[in-house]
Amino acid sequence: MKNGKLLVAPTVLWLCVFFIIPMLIVVAVSFASRTPYGQVVFNWTFSNYQRFAEALYISIFGQTLVVAFITTVVTILMGYPVAWSIAKLPKKWQQPGLVIVMAPFWINFLIRSYAWVIILRSQGVINTILLKLGLITTPLQMLYNEGAVMLGMIYALLPFMVLPIYVSIEQLDRRLLEAAADLGAAPMTAFRKITLPLTMPGIAAGTILVFISSLGMFVVPDVMGGAKSALIGNLIQNQFLSARDWPFGSALSIVLAVLSLVLIMLYYKVLNTQKGGADDAKDVA
Amino acid sequence: MQKTWRSSVLLAYSLAVLAFLYLPLIILALYSFNDSRINAVWSGFTFKWYQALFQNTRVLEALTNTLIIGFFSTIISTALGTTAAIALHRYHYKFKTVINGLVYLPILIPEIVMGLSLLVLFSQAHLPLGKPTLILAHITFCVSFVVITVGARMEGMRNDLEQAASDLYATPWQTFRYITLPLIMPGIIAGALIAFTLSIDDFVISFFVAGPNSTTLPLYIYAMVKRGISPEINALSTLMMCATVSMVVLAEILQPRHHHRSQEE
Repeated sequence: MKNGKLLVAPTVLWLCVFFIIPMLIVVAVSFASRTPYGQVVFNWTFSNYQRFAEALYISIFGQTLVVAFITTVVTILMGYPVAWSIAKLPKKWQQPGLVIVMAPFWINFLIRSYAWVIILRSQGVINTILLKLGLITTPLQMLYNEGAVMLGMIYALLPFMVLPIYVSIEQLDRRLLEAAADLGAAPMTAFRKITLPLTMPGIAAGTILVFISSLGMFVVPDVMGGAKSALIGNLIQNQFLSARDWPFGSALSIVLAVLSLVLIMLYYKVLNTQKGGADDAKDVA
Repeated sequence: MQKTWRSSVLLAYSLAVLAFLYLPLIILALYSFNDSRINAVWSGFTFKWYQALFQNTRVLEALTNTLIIGFFSTIISTALGTTAAIALHRYHYKFKTVINGLVYLPILIPEIVMGLSLLVLFSQAHLPLGKPTLILAHITFCVSFVVITVGARMEGMRNDLEQAASDLYATPWQTFRYITLPLIMPGIIAGALIAFTLSIDDFVISFFVAGPNSTTLPLYIYAMVKRGISPEINALSTLMMCATVSMVVLAEILQPRHHHRSQEE
């Protein structure tokens, strides 16, 4: 096939038209302003970016970063031992084990957040049980606050942490641990001095994946959070759907996209250190 | 002794985390069979919420929309993605990194950004929002996954069979039709399954580009969740979970792993 090389063209063209061009338009809109009726007027202004300095938006940005940070730390603490257990399984059980951990990730965040609403709401599972047991007399308010959003984020993104950590543990040279044990190192010392440093690339990759995903999340805070627990994602959603301030929404999403891309570049740097892991992560993710 | 103590703690912890992952989903599914509409008290087993779903014309309409959109986006994204994967595997491109970057970006960019950028595009192009815009959007986020899935299938493939075919005077088309295509078929099917799953399951991007008459199942669930809790949402969510997970597991079975292959060699 002489012109076989051109087979890649339809996809490249498609992605240019439906991905690159839309992004460029969003960049342009972020420098535009809007009429009182929500129409976009292109007049090249920085005012949308200057609005980030307003106290309200600074606090939303701050809150988003705090939630992303805590989500990341908790998913590491929860995910590392799980990844370790899977890597220790007999070879033929590792793949099924990984699929079991990853399967919930494919169910959409909306349904997974809703599952927690059923459990946590005032007439939900936990309150019903506690009331029956007589431990409480009035239902606890567990939903629509920052704690609920955090829980939902951890729940949604945990599989994303397990996968890259598993890859790095699986590649760990077990002989190093045997050598450490032979030389009289206590298991904890061996873990701290050998396992942890060698699996750091996996932790770093998971951190970036979870952190990026939680930055752009709007389903979880929308379903499980209250008005006070809005994150950047909800702010962007509002600008496009209720406030109809597309220029400001565009500026917010450009900042979100740039931040994510910078982190992704870091991720690839990390993956280059953790050779081979990239393909596995791509396959399941 | 100490070692077994340690590993049983590790096992217990891992099982607890697994329970954390699965219990909410199991509870969600359980309550779709609960007779009571209002609260979490178990008042008997029933199928009535499922029956109600299949009599609800709005659910059936959302289901039809979801399947139509899923069907067209799967066909087109699989065709696009497969040809691109074959070309990328077979030929050397000067700008290979750029092309790869272009393929990976839609996966890596936050979904919400992709959704609103498509909304901005469609509004600038004066395209009314509806099923066609949903299909265009879904193809865009599915195509990368197809390229990657089919590409993964081809990665370990040697071309000696193709070489043999052309030595035996097979035309390039015959070589493709009778050698290459059957070899990469599991990858194509896995890619198509993933595309279909992503399409029927998508909420975020659809949320931005759907019109009034193009509600899909996830959008319908969202509207219901916003209005309040009802066992019908549980029933619908349970059906969607089953569909999603079974397709992903099927795709997983069809898709061989690299480290398995490297172990065999």
